[in-house]
Amino acid sequence: MDISIRIGGEAGQGIQSVSSIIAKTFVRHDYYVFINQDFASRIRGGHNFDQIRISDTPVRAVNDRVHILIALDKETTRQDIDCLADNGILLFDGDSIDFTSENPKHISIPFAGIASDVGKSKIMTNSVATGAAMALLDFDLDPVLDCLQEQFQQKGSETIEKNQKSTTAGYDYVKRNLKAKPPFRVPAVTSVRQKMLLTGSQAMALGAMASGLKFYSGYPMSPATTIMEFVSSQADRYNIVLEQAEDEIAAINLVIGANFAGARAMTATSGGGFCLMVEALSLAGMTETPAVIVVAQRPGPATGLPTRTEQADFNFVMHAGHGDFPRAILAPGQPEQALYLMAKAFNLADRYQTPVIVLSDQHFNDAYFTVDELNFRDITIDRGHILTAQELPSPHEYKRYAPSESGISPRILPGHTKALLYVDSDEHTEEGHITESATVRNQMTRKRMQKLEGLRREIGTPEIYPAGKSELVLLGWGSTHGVIKEAVEALNHNGMAAQMIHYSELFPFNPRHVAAAELRKAKIVAVENNHTGQFADFFSKATGLSVDQRILKYDGRPFTSREIVDQIKDTK
Amino acid sequence: MVTLEDFNSDDPIAWCPGCGNFSILKALKQALVDIQQQPHELVIVSGIGQAPKTPHYLRCNCFNGLHGRTLPVATGIKLANHKLTVLAQGGDGDGYGEGGNHFLHAMRRNINITYLVHNNQVYGLTKGQASPTSDYGFVTKTTPRGAISPACNPLLLAIASDCSFVARGFAGEIDHLAGLINEGIRHKGFALIDILQPCVSFNRINTFKWYSERVYKIDADSKYNTADRLNAFQKAQEWGDKIPIGVIYQNQRPALEEQIPAIVDQPLVAQRTDPEVFTELLETFK
Repeated sequence: MDISIRIGGEAGQGIQSVSSIIAKTFVRHDYYVFINQDFASRIRGGHNFDQIRISDTPVRAVNDRVHILIALDKETTRQDIDCLADNGILLFDGDSIDFTSENPKHISIPFAGIASDVGKSKIMTNSVATGAAMALLDFDLDPVLDCLQEQFQQKGSETIEKNQKSTTAGYDYVKRNLKAKPPFRVPAVTSVRQKMLLTGSQAMALGAMASGLKFYSGYPMSPATTIMEFVSSQADRYNIVLEQAEDEIAAINLVIGANFAGARAMTATSGGGFCLMVEALSLAGMTETPAVIVVAQRPGPATGLPTRTEQADFNFVMHAGHGDFPRAILAPGQPEQALYLMAKAFNLADRYQTPVIVLSDQHFNDAYFTVDELNFRDITIDRGHILTAQELPSPHEYKRYAPSESGISPRILPGHTKALLYVDSDEHTEEGHITESATVRNQMTRKRMQKLEGLRREIGTPEIYPAGKSELVLLGWGSTHGVIKEAVEALNHNGMAAQMIHYSELFPFNPRHVAAAELRKAKIVAVENNHTGQFADFFSKATGLSVDQRILKYDGRPFTSREIVDQIKDTK
Repeated sequence: MVTLEDFNSDDPIAWCPGCGNFSILKALKQALVDIQQQPHELVIVSGIGQAPKTPHYLRCNCFNGLHGRTLPVATGIKLANHKLTVLAQGGDGDGYGEGGNHFLHAMRRNINITYLVHNNQVYGLTKGQASPTSDYGFVTKTTPRGAISPACNPLLLAIASDCSFVARGFAGEIDHLAGLINEGIRHKGFALIDILQPCVSFNRINTFKWYSERVYKIDADSKYNTADRLNAFQKAQEWGDKIPIGVIYQNQRPALEEQIPAIVDQPLVAQRTDPEVFTELLETFK
């Protein structure tokens, strides 16, 4: 079973409310649900859609065929109708929008009329549509009504009742008027309420908080804002200080200050905001202050497509900042990974006293994933070497930048009773005072860059799926994990032995993580949401392997597995 | 008992002989002794310029960061550990030019830090260009026909932003300045102390003599009410023949860190996280 429902309409029509009710209902009944949010950069109007994919096996990518298309506006009948599967059904309101069709699979339902009659307001149109969709799926209505109850709990009993009545009326209308048997039956199962439905942003925020995040500062920017909002919603409960900064420059400097003082701190932004942070990224590198920065990519350059997706900032975050300094770059492709990688980001930042960038994108941040389990037991908090009062028992001429083999010097936190701390963005001596000495400059540069070698040993291996050798390798990183995996499964299903190599820990790169001799014989196909294949170039240079084909997409939308499979077949 | 010797640093000083910074350093040390500030509980955050070298020249914890970015770093430190005394220090270019936006928002937040701006009305470290506080007509290498934008008035900006402590000092009045710094540190909220300071290398107009002939202490006027905001606006506009120094404006609104529930009991740095506690949040996603 693999059913996709798309709800299209204007911003403000309550699309997300429909998708979240439907999704929650099925997740509670142990189905796997994936929601892709496609929306324009506006608050009212425009054309947006949510696409919900429901399956009895794990799904983590968008399907390009839709089985039920719900049109809340005329634009949906124009823009989205081509994505209907052969047996797909369009639900629209012929009384409200200027659209007629002779096709028996295009069914007009008076959404707005029912909403006005039963729910006493046209605002209830989306709830009528929710009910209609559930009837088409021949699924029980009661769990839907329970979800509505929860969703509108804070708005009071009247709102709950109106929404429930409207949903029931939409459901009954379809049951009464649908002549054929419901075409896409979702088998009824008992509710188990074990699986979870959450966005990439929520997974990243959870990972950060569980890793000991104590201070967050950021400036709102799509698609990173949802991380800040989630942390904010939990800040009082878990004693986190959240300061909305006046700009991104302030945000990262606030984070550097908090980390210097000893609180785990992070910021999140998108490419444009990260541009403003870059001088301070270099400051963190120079002063050897930990900092975790999430860069949730969206299409650039400049303002680009603010609410859409792209993977075109890999080169930027790799090279951002003036001067040589070490960094690590991680890029989760799944929510479970996001939890683990946020913890790793904080631990690496603290232990190596340098910035760590977590690179995600709009598709990952805004998509809803179904997750069987999130395990906080495996999260360890490692603050690195911070000298305590016991370790420095007597007054001490502490040297913040004392030389060491690893390049790491033990920190103290300001307020230490036995020692003082000097930190400088100028080149500095071991004591942290400003210097112009050529000898010290050389020592300090080598010390900082030595940490890169330690970081390289920490970086995890790419995921190879399925295991073994293959003649066709799909190479990807970050948010494309789900769709590449699905494409590989489809190719194997069609008799083409294919394998995915997926990187979620990008830098410092370890070329020994792949079997170059084997891969030399394989066809390597890079799949990336950008125009040039930024990671493919990097991979090629680092491993000496040539990338034979690049499947690139930069229209701001996520890949579907069919797009990948078709392009591989075309060039065979 | 904290003494002046406790603040003496071995780091060799890199200022020009006769620089106003020497006097400001002296006043700062005096103020720190007067309030019996323990060096290890003091953090001075500075930007880039001549003034921001100051924390190297006294014993304290020092974060010398980027040009213009002192206030966000200082705010981050104070929010992470509000038990520390946090000072921010920079020049007029650093604070009112590069860091202008942070200046406005730090005042608005009312974070409990004391900001010392060494204001010599010229860029020193980059060797003599116009600054945001250069007077109209001031001739420099970048304003050969004289500055054609009027000087920004940091005190007026501060009063307009409801900065809770607004003062001006003069490097030539060391004891008076030490008193202002003392008051600023004890004030619970953001304290701006704009310090007039001659630059012996690049400002031949606003010299020690020029300032000395003009400054007068408003503290001497027992009727001056620092809580009167409208009157403070008037006082802050005095410039030219007579330049007021002292506390211009003060209010008692709550400091930022007093209003954050997360740090009411103890500072963030003293708090520990148990990752498993977050398992309870997972129910909300089911």
